[in-house]
Amino acid sequence: MKILVCLSNVPDTTSKINFTDGDTKFDTNGVQFVINPNDEFGLTRAMWFKEKQGATVHVATVGEASTEPTIRKALAIGADEAIRVNAVPTDGYFVAEQLAEIVKNGEYDLVIAGRESIDYNGGMVPGILASLSGMNFVNTCISLEIEGNNATAVREIDGGKEKISTTLPLVIGGQKGLVAESDLRIPNMRGIMMARQKKLNVVEPISASKATDDVKFEKPASKGQVKLVDADNIDELINLLHNEAKVI
Amino acid sequence: MSTETTTKEILRGGQFLVKETNCEDVFTPEDFSEEQKMMRDSVIEFNDREIVANRDRFEAKDYALTEEVMTKAGEMGFLGVAVPEAYGGLGMGFISTMIVCEYISSGSGSFSTAFGAHTGIGTMPITLYGTEAQKQKYVPKLATGEWFGAYCLTEPGAGSDANSGKTTATLSEDGKSYKINGQKMWISNAGFCKVFIVFARIEKDKNITGFIVENDPSNGITLGEEEHKLGIRASSTRQVFFNDTVVPVENMLSERGNGFKIAMNALNIGRIKLAAACLDSQRRITTNSLRYATERKQFKTAIVDFGAIKSKLAEMATSLYAGESASYRAAKNIEDRIAMRMAAGNSHQEAELKGVEEYAIECSILKVAVSEDVQNCSDEGIQIFGGMGFSEETPMEAAWRDARIARIYEGTNEINRMLSVGLLIKKAMKGHVDLLGPATAVGNELMDIPSFDTPDYSELFAEEKEMIAKLKKVFLMVAGSAVQKYGPALDEHQMLLLAASNILIEIYMAESAILRTEKNVKRFGEAAQKEQISMSKLYLYNAVDIIIKNGKEAIVSMAEGDEQRMMLMGLKRFTKYANQPNVVELRNTIAEKLKAENKYCF
Ligand SMILES: Cc1cc2nc3c(=O)[nH]c(=O)nc-3n(C[C@H](O)[C@H](O)[C@H](O)COP(=O)(O)OP(=O)(O)OC[C@H]3O[C@@H](n4cnc5c(N)ncnc54)[C@H](O)[C@@H]3O)c2cc1C
Repeated sequence: MKILVCLSNVPDTTSKINFTDGDTKFDTNGVQFVINPNDEFGLTRAMWFKEKQGATVHVATVGEASTEPTIRKALAIGADEAIRVNAVPTDGYFVAEQLAEIVKNGEYDLVIAGRESIDYNGGMVPGILASLSGMNFVNTCISLEIEGNNATAVREIDGGKEKISTTLPLVIGGQKGLVAESDLRIPNMRGIMMARQKKLNVVEPISASKATDDVKFEKPASKGQVKLVDADNIDELINLLHNEAKVI
Repeated sequence: MSTETTTKEILRGGQFLVKETNCEDVFTPEDFSEEQKMMRDSVIEFNDREIVANRDRFEAKDYALTEEVMTKAGEMGFLGVAVPEAYGGLGMGFISTMIVCEYISSGSGSFSTAFGAHTGIGTMPITLYGTEAQKQKYVPKLATGEWFGAYCLTEPGAGSDANSGKTTATLSEDGKSYKINGQKMWISNAGFCKVFIVFARIEKDKNITGFIVENDPSNGITLGEEEHKLGIRASSTRQVFFNDTVVPVENMLSERGNGFKIAMNALNIGRIKLAAACLDSQRRITTNSLRYATERKQFKTAIVDFGAIKSKLAEMATSLYAGESASYRAAKNIEDRIAMRMAAGNSHQEAELKGVEEYAIECSILKVAVSEDVQNCSDEGIQIFGGMGFSEETPMEAAWRDARIARIYEGTNEINRMLSVGLLIKKAMKGHVDLLGPATAVGNELMDIPSFDTPDYSELFAEEKEMIAKLKKVFLMVAGSAVQKYGPALDEHQMLLLAASNILIEIYMAESAILRTEKNVKRFGEAAQKEQISMSKLYLYNAVDIIIKNGKEAIVSMAEGDEQRMMLMGLKRFTKYANQPNVVELRNTIAEKLKAENKYCF
């Protein structure tokens, strides 16, 4: 089985968010980048397929050279080979088109993407990618088993779970649950050393249509003064919510 | 892997005092390679997950946990970083070894001690002095954590005077084995180790001899109870008794009588790594204190906005910055020297031994400076936390208790202070570092009338660099006249040696901070290094004060009359700022940045 794990390079969750260029660009100054957590759960599941079922695991990222530390981390964790599409990931459609090209050329049986990236939270890539590649698709996937050509996946749905049976080739939009948080791997020293010798292929992007443009970013308005109401004083609370905040 | 090595002449140990170092020639934490950063991040994640998360258990003396996490560290490859690949390790360079040691040591002093004792004094004597057969037999298992090592030097009657141990090794009649008898004390990792490095005396030898002894209770080895200690509570520390313990002759380390040398060389490496081990602790303490200060409100104000607290935070960050700068500067010198010797045909073993020995002075300086900085830092950390700092609920009190041991083991700070100056003088005698020439020049300068020109200090650090050069003159003046006055009897003038050492330490630390910043300003621009510039200036300012105090003490103790007056004048001249730095402003600048970033961010 040949697996492609799509990795998005995102700011660490503790990063301070600021914008530059008249609030049209994310300010990367001093920001630490990491593997998108949803992708990391997928990567870890892929490692399981590699170790238990002999799968080959490639990782792909659409990004500039600055994303390479993130890609190397995936190699250090155990991916066999990496591909970087040398382009700024402008929007979800653009990224999906680039990845579809990789999928087409690599003849992958299984493509694991994250349900969404935690930077812009678009959540579009896996679906568009499945469609462009003509593969089956399971989104918000929290469990995945493969036997031969058959896949059994579990999805998270509102208030419950849905078990799905499907076949390869398959794209999933994965998330926590594919593996537990405690299963996430820390690259060990040997892995880090080996990562140096693994292939990191840089390919140029295919010409693709960028469908959207960022016009402006805005941060949530900062919180104003709060009023603390004593827990026993329900009347006062209702009064304030009704007359002052005008929300009820 | 070793970081890029320049072909330039590498400064010898101790030469920093008499030769100017170019900022381009120092290695700084900003020079870590992508791979080194990945290693660092891995270690940080491991530390957070396995050590920090289990702090309570370490504090509750859970010795089994220490062993369990050590085993996991072995699986991650952290124990074999410094071990050559031929013996199952990763054969990484000295800088990488320092990085792993630094970032794995901050979660708990208990783990830090276990890690240091195993990878340093528990393993290094074999990698550095073992025969091929000894290395093949023991090192791969130590490198992976299948076996753990411990180092048995100290005895009830032999602490700082390590060569005075009473443990004996007696050759059997058939000449095939030694019988070891004696009592060792304060042995870290004793409770779970498989291999002891034991130092014992054969017959009436002047010097002790090293042996590799496998831990086997049926071979006359028994352990005392766990010691109950102020800090590092889950680090196993026990007495070890040898009662007719039979050790085959092939387990002797190096040659008969070479044990003291082995013991000392293992400690050189241990000292610089101990400095590294204290750095990330300081970083965590500083960040934790900062975050607490941001949240804690008194008088309707976050306490981080009080000048009293800002001052503490700025000083904590500054000492850490200097510690990082000096530790990695020395580490790179060592790495380069090892590479140079290997290129010249030395075996790895020989190269590493000599490479580290060369910088024994810097290793002692770092051990003293950083162990005291982490102590002060944790002390101020408690102060910032107020009553909560005194409570076991917050990590401050454990950090403070754990920091305390670093001033005692790997040679007490008194011993290391005297060693640093003693070694320097020895090097001068051997002609490795020319102290006499520069000292004479300083003597002549004292007689001259000082220049009254006002130099041009407009360039960044112009005045600071001149100050460093002048501080070096203070040391040369004090040490030069001490050697002249007392000759070999200088050893008996400990208070004078301690004062000289305090001067030496401050020079090295202050210069390292300035060089690091200067290098980074050239790369990243002055604006991006505003706070680093402030820290370098602040460190130097404090250093000058320490040097004035110690210089005065030393001068008055050994010179009288005109000579004393002349030297005191010299001291004044060599410590005089043309433009007094505004330390309040410097501290404010540093504190504001810390506050904005909400962590130690340099
Ligand atoms: C938790 C812990 C773990 C340890 N782990 C190990 C280990 O794994 N292996 C091992 O072999 N040892 C270990 N030690 C021992 C440690 O190295 C010694 O405690 C240390 O070297 C000091 O020796 P001492 O305790 O006998 O103190 P002493 O030597 O009695 O010193 C007492 C005081 O006198 C001062 N002093 C001594 N001699 C001089 C001198 N010539 N001039 C001026 N001042 C002097 C010292 O600086 C100190 O302040 C450990 C100790 C502790 C507490």
